Amino acid sequence: MTMNPGQPRWRASVTVLPKTGVNDPEGEAILGGLRQLGYSSLSRVRAGRLFHVFIEAPDEAAALDQANRMADQLLANPVIEQFSVAIEPATE
Amino acid sequence: MIGVVTFPGSNGDHDALYAITHDIGAPAEYVDYRETDVAKYSAFVLPGGFSYGDALRCGAIARFAPVMGPIAEFAGRGGPVLGICNGFQVLTEAHLLPGVLLRNATLQFHCFRTHIRIEQTDTLWTSGLSDGEVLHLPVAHGEGAYFADDATLDRMEANGQIVARYCEADGTVSEQANRNGSARSIAAVANEARNVVGLMPHPERATDALVGGADGRKIMTSVLNFLNVPV
Repeated sequence: MTMNPGQPRWRASVTVLPKTGVNDPEGEAILGGLRQLGYSSLSRVRAGRLFHVFIEAPDEAAALDQANRMADQLLANPVIEQFSVAIEPATE
Repeated sequence: MIGVVTFPGSNGDHDALYAITHDIGAPAEYVDYRETDVAKYSAFVLPGGFSYGDALRCGAIARFAPVMGPIAEFAGRGGPVLGICNGFQVLTEAHLLPGVLLRNATLQFHCFRTHIRIEQTDTLWTSGLSDGEVLHLPVAHGEGAYFADDATLDRMEANGQIVARYCEADGTVSEQANRNGSARSIAAVANEARNVVGLMPHPERATDALVGGADGRKIMTSVLNFLNVPV
């Protein structure tokens, strides 16, 4: 993949979380910790990851399409994880 | 010649090579992860360890190693491939085996001996075992909880792809024996053609009574019998 300096840069925020129904012992451990801190009115924590991927693309739709494919092919494992993607103009 | 693949971060490759060459007495050598000419190998072992430092997910980056393309082709032609521990994780990420290995339910690294019951002897790596045979093998993993959705698990059961389950010493499958929280107590699985097998316990660390047991030998000797290598 080459840099296209003429194209706008976008920041794709890819959020990856365990699918509903997939055990998340890490989230459960964090839930236990939050309860120890006195937060009693919470029922669930799901632990995941956030990726910022900086993409050169002609428009937002093209950046979104690329980021979705990256998430499906590598950033998330579709067997156990779901993902969502948000695109905004890159400022950094 | 059996190829034992060394990825950056593999640490079970030495044990696997020693087990095959010294304890069992069959020819084997290391295969560097950058190798692409693999014509001389008749079987591959993907060893345990922490390939690429477990970056992203266990095994997720190793699938891009140059050696993996030729190994996937080899597997597609029916060649025997065994993934042990991290090697099992690599095979799931490379889509050569179904499912995935999740963090242990205990959140702890598991390092002890466990029993597994052989459920499928019609694979290239378990043909020397008998149905229901119980093996006592070491485990060493943080992400060993096998997972696939119920539809996939049902299909695998129907296809005979469940190779081994965690069990008690007498072979009873129980929740207590399933310490990492694997779906349906699964410790080892095969692909549909049953030439590719992945298992979490370490047969290569149990090939000599001096190290606490030799139950792992039959995994290695199964494939050698298939290859007509005298052992």
